Amino acid sequence: MSEEKKLPLLKVRDIHVYYGAIHAIKGISLEVNEGEIVTLIGANGAGKSTTLNTIAGLLKPRQGGIAFAGMPVEGTGASKMVYKGLSLCPEGRRIFQQMTVRENLEMGAFSRPNEETEKSMEQVYEFFPRLKEREKQIAGTLSGGEQQMLAMGRALMSKPRLMMLDEPSMGLAPILVEQIFEIIRDMNAAGTTILLVEQNAQMALSVANRAYVMETGRITMEGDADDLMHDDNVRKAYLGS
Amino acid sequence: MIFLDHLINGLSLGSIYAIIALGYTMVYGIAKMLNFAHGDVIMIGAYIAFCGLQYWGIPPVLAILLAMVFCTLLGVTIEGFAYRPLRQATSLAVLITAIGMSYLLQNIALMIWGANPKSFPTTFINGSNIRIGQLNISSATLITIVANIVIMVTLTLFTSKAKLGKAMRCVSEDRGAAELMGINVNRTISLTFAIGSALAAVAGVLLCSSYPILQPTTGSMPGIKAFTAAVFGGIGSIPGAMLGGILLGVIEIFGKAYISTELGDAIVFAVLIIVLLVKPAGLLGKPMREKV
Ligand SMILES: Nc1ncnc2c1ncn2[C@@H]1O[C@H](COP(=O)(O)OP(=O)(O)OP(=O)(O)O)[C@@H](O)[C@H]1O
Ligand SMILES: [Mg+2]
Repeated sequence: MSEEKKLPLLKVRDIHVYYGAIHAIKGISLEVNEGEIVTLIGANGAGKSTTLNTIAGLLKPRQGGIAFAGMPVEGTGASKMVYKGLSLCPEGRRIFQQMTVRENLEMGAFSRPNEETEKSMEQVYEFFPRLKEREKQIAGTLSGGEQQMLAMGRALMSKPRLMMLDEPSMGLAPILVEQIFEIIRDMNAAGTTILLVEQNAQMALSVANRAYVMETGRITMEGDADDLMHDDNVRKAYLGS
Repeated sequence: MIFLDHLINGLSLGSIYAIIALGYTMVYGIAKMLNFAHGDVIMIGAYIAFCGLQYWGIPPVLAILLAMVFCTLLGVTIEGFAYRPLRQATSLAVLITAIGMSYLLQNIALMIWGANPKSFPTTFINGSNIRIGQLNISSATLITIVANIVIMVTLTLFTSKAKLGKAMRCVSEDRGAAELMGINVNRTISLTFAIGSALAAVAGVLLCSSYPILQPTTGSMPGIKAFTAAVFGGIGSIPGAMLGGILLGVIEIFGKAYISTELGDAIVFAVLIIVLLVKPAGLLGKPMREKV
């Protein structure tokens, strides 16, 4: 038991990912421990989304290993990863635009037994009361902020052990960004481990326990989120001061 | 009365187009490909039912079920062997494969059943005519229209209520996001082909019950018309396929009856072109909106 506790929930070891001939990820290693919020920050095109998509099983690493809950999972395929307890809230939300809010949430629970759906939905509505009000609305007609909430709620419906969020604050007004980060903290407090990719480094570092900084396919810095927030290089490059 | 007769005939022919169009539109919506071999699956289904009725002497209901089961397996096999390996290929490569598959099925039928047209046994379905006032509706016509309604209602319920039906809509909208939900995309596409092909078998039997000449090319023209119907109604849309199929059948019969027998098909396509000029996504097709 105590042995198992020391194992990280997610362990990525030296993965290389290619898009055809493009070498997008050039040997990345990272770990996420149960209960943590870990953030991955970096400039546009650094390879953050590629990293998350690879962990989620949408892309296959050409080299290197990924272990989830102690089991090797590289090349498992995204649809099976959900059943193992990993959920990705993808970049650009990618909610099902033509389905209702409720249907979107139901599909989030696709990997779970049907009897659970109602209860999970109640829990999601506690995090996002707005979604309950709009239950019957077609998702494509929601506002950007509501769509982000729906994407997060949908990811939560599979009751993941690890939830990965790819730029949840993208395109949202500052007040909404605050709200989204508040919810991330709440979800974590309720027991979900979180791996967060963000452009908004300030917010991400303030909410996270640990952080990794990525540049052009490599990790260039890692450490305690507070330390990185006060690091001169990070401040210059990502915090604009 | 003659007008009503034409209308009933149009509805009946249109129902057959609609059932075929459903296969086209579901496969297009979910697998994002035009399965041009779909019309030939209809022909194979009709041959299987023909063999059951003519050679093996099995009851009509069993013959139809046999054709449905056979076509389901055929559709799933075609998808698995011919189309699945091309999932990442260009749509042109997939299209050419589908056309090749269409000819392959026709040639196989030619090998097994020969080029001479078979006359499809219709007595089983044409038992008696139904009279409503002066209207005389053949039971084949009636069964066709009823079958169409039943299929339409069932499919609509399936895609709006059943878990797997909703999964199909997810795959249709965003394959990657569907996978992230835990939906097995390959299996969902197989299911789509299974449903479409089973419907093709039904359509084959209904078609040959009304137009009882069966040969290896029997599926081609109805296939193309049904594809047109699917585009007409808005490709990817289930109610669109229904509406498109029925309108196409009615327009075709009226065109032939009141304008010109020879130009019947041309009239159908002229109407299609006009509709697409006004509504490029088809009658019920939704132009995709994206919100960022
Ligand atoms: N489908 C693709 N085909 C080819 N190259 C790609 C593809 N997706 C991403 N890339 C490339 O891989 C690199 C990493 O992209 P990625 O989307 O992972 O970056 P990111 O860090 O998420 O950027 P952003 O902050 O803008 O979202 C980029 O150079 C990008 O151009
Ligand atoms: Mg990204």
